Amino acid sequence: MGGFIFKRSMQSVFSLIALIILVFFLARLTGSPADLYLPQDASLEVRHQFNERLGFNDPMYVQFGRFFIGLLHFDMGESLQFSRPAVDVVLQAFPTTLMLAAITMPLVIVIAVITGSLAAFKPGGVFDRLASLISLIGASTPNFWVAIVGVLVFAVTLRVLPTSGTGTPLHWVLPVAVLTLRPTGVLVQVVRSSMITALSSAYVKTAKAKGVGSRAIIFVHALRNGLLPVITVASDQAAGIVNGAVIVETVFGFPGIGKLMIDSVMLRDFAVIQAAVLVTALAVFIINIVVDITYALVDPRIRYS
Amino acid sequence: MPSSIPVSGTADMTRALSSARSPNKTSAFREILSTLWHDKVASLSAALLFIVLICVLLGPWLLADQARAVNLMARNAPPFSLSKGWLFILGADALGRSLLARIIVASQNTMLISASAVLLAMIVGGLLGLVAGYKGGWIAAVLLRLADAIMSFPSMLLAVIVLFVFDPGVTNVILVLAVSRIPIFLRTVRAEVLEIKERMFVTAARAMGAQTDRILLRHIAPMVLPTLINLAALEMAFVMLVESGLSFLGIGIQPPEVTWGLMVADGRNYLGSAWWLSFWPGVAIMLVTMALNLLSNWLRIATDPVERWRLQTTVGKND
Repeated sequence: MGGFIFKRSMQSVFSLIALIILVFFLARLTGSPADLYLPQDASLEVRHQFNERLGFNDPMYVQFGRFFIGLLHFDMGESLQFSRPAVDVVLQAFPTTLMLAAITMPLVIVIAVITGSLAAFKPGGVFDRLASLISLIGASTPNFWVAIVGVLVFAVTLRVLPTSGTGTPLHWVLPVAVLTLRPTGVLVQVVRSSMITALSSAYVKTAKAKGVGSRAIIFVHALRNGLLPVITVASDQAAGIVNGAVIVETVFGFPGIGKLMIDSVMLRDFAVIQAAVLVTALAVFIINIVVDITYALVDPRIRYS
Repeated sequence: MPSSIPVSGTADMTRALSSARSPNKTSAFREILSTLWHDKVASLSAALLFIVLICVLLGPWLLADQARAVNLMARNAPPFSLSKGWLFILGADALGRSLLARIIVASQNTMLISASAVLLAMIVGGLLGLVAGYKGGWIAAVLLRLADAIMSFPSMLLAVIVLFVFDPGVTNVILVLAVSRIPIFLRTVRAEVLEIKERMFVTAARAMGAQTDRILLRHIAPMVLPTLINLAALEMAFVMLVESGLSFLGIGIQPPEVTWGLMVADGRNYLGSAWWLSFWPGVAIMLVTMALNLLSNWLRIATDPVERWRLQTTVGKND
């Protein structure tokens, strides 16, 4: 197991380095920050000083080298918009997004597993049709649109929920609901089809013949086998939740990492973009490794060597 | 021409099959149509997509003027009222332009962007997947690592950065979307090829001296195609959602052009007074996505010989 984790981590490091290089050079193609942070009539000398102070005059490879060495001491430069270390800015925004994901993910999995299993128990039944239809709608609806309609209905018309910002738990209701919708819709369908396969297997017939109750058959016998494809898809949805978070945070004015990243791109705050991309990528890679380990725990047939 | 040597019998079989199929082609097509007709949900989806296709082809040509005509009398006209003509059934925007006409005209950009992105991803990802699956070795290792790197990073963030660097025109949006979806096609095709290349007909083709590219394109690719088309329908639904999201955030398609996602974003400012501005384009996105999902579901069953009986038994029941 240790060897497996090491191998996976090495692969992730390779991907991470590729990503860092890509983001470093792409961010610098967006144009000079001097155009944005200095007054338009700034003299050439002022511009030169600005660039000199921040190191933008050095050749690309020198900048990259400096960036890479800094990275090894967890120093990712200074944010232009906040005049604070970029790592601090990112780590301040990260908990909000993490919290969003941490509430959303368990919610998605619990709803999807329960709904999908019950739907699979009687394929073609009323509950199954209803669950299929609703999950299809959930998977097909653009989340920014749901966010807007949600604001319209609950905040503008009914006035029961706030439109944007953080603060009270009520502020989290709409964002979490919007974020939950699409992954749940996708996952219900996966759970359903993998549970249908599991429920038609021989050991389920044996359990039925023994007189095991139907709830125990679904949630004890079949679910453990039906869970494998679910874990795969759930991990794909982790990256999807970050995607969704960008939109949800923008619509609801949440000070999370998605909003920070969009703002930083607009303001050419290179240091923050790099730090944010790195932190997000790191989080996604950790999730992927955790998923692989869960795989091995859930399915004893899988052995990593 | 190695394949014309009737040694193993495969060449004879393929020739016999192809000559037998050509006169029957219409009836095979009709058979597909009748299977489709018996699945009401799938035929409804197909009909909806057909209507959208007509909108894409003819909409901008017929309704471009109506979609651009500013009519101050009809500013923010509410929906469900026929007093201003049928074009205003969905209401009008802040400049009094008919929403229905704008949605129909915008369908062209929305669908063309998603379709080209998916087609590009399908061709590139499919070819790379064929090579990675058949050749293996370091090429496959590098391709798969790259695919992992792209897949594990949230596509929206990459798109945000890339589209900010290069100007967010139609071409760049298509390219970004295509690149972010190539890994899916690559992985799927590779997995299929790994299994197919062990089969007898591939070994036979190789024994007869077929070149690698011929084996890949003539023997293996047709076997992968059904899966690929199926995946493409699903991916099209997904790409549409991402494209709308990008346009919504203001980093996708830019204003003189119009897509459904952009229309939702524009309507946000009038949420309190004119909800229909954001509402209807969103409904359009949702309906098309749903139709694509449903049709791909049906296609998966219809193209799978193991599962096809499900459709055919329901056909029997309905008769």
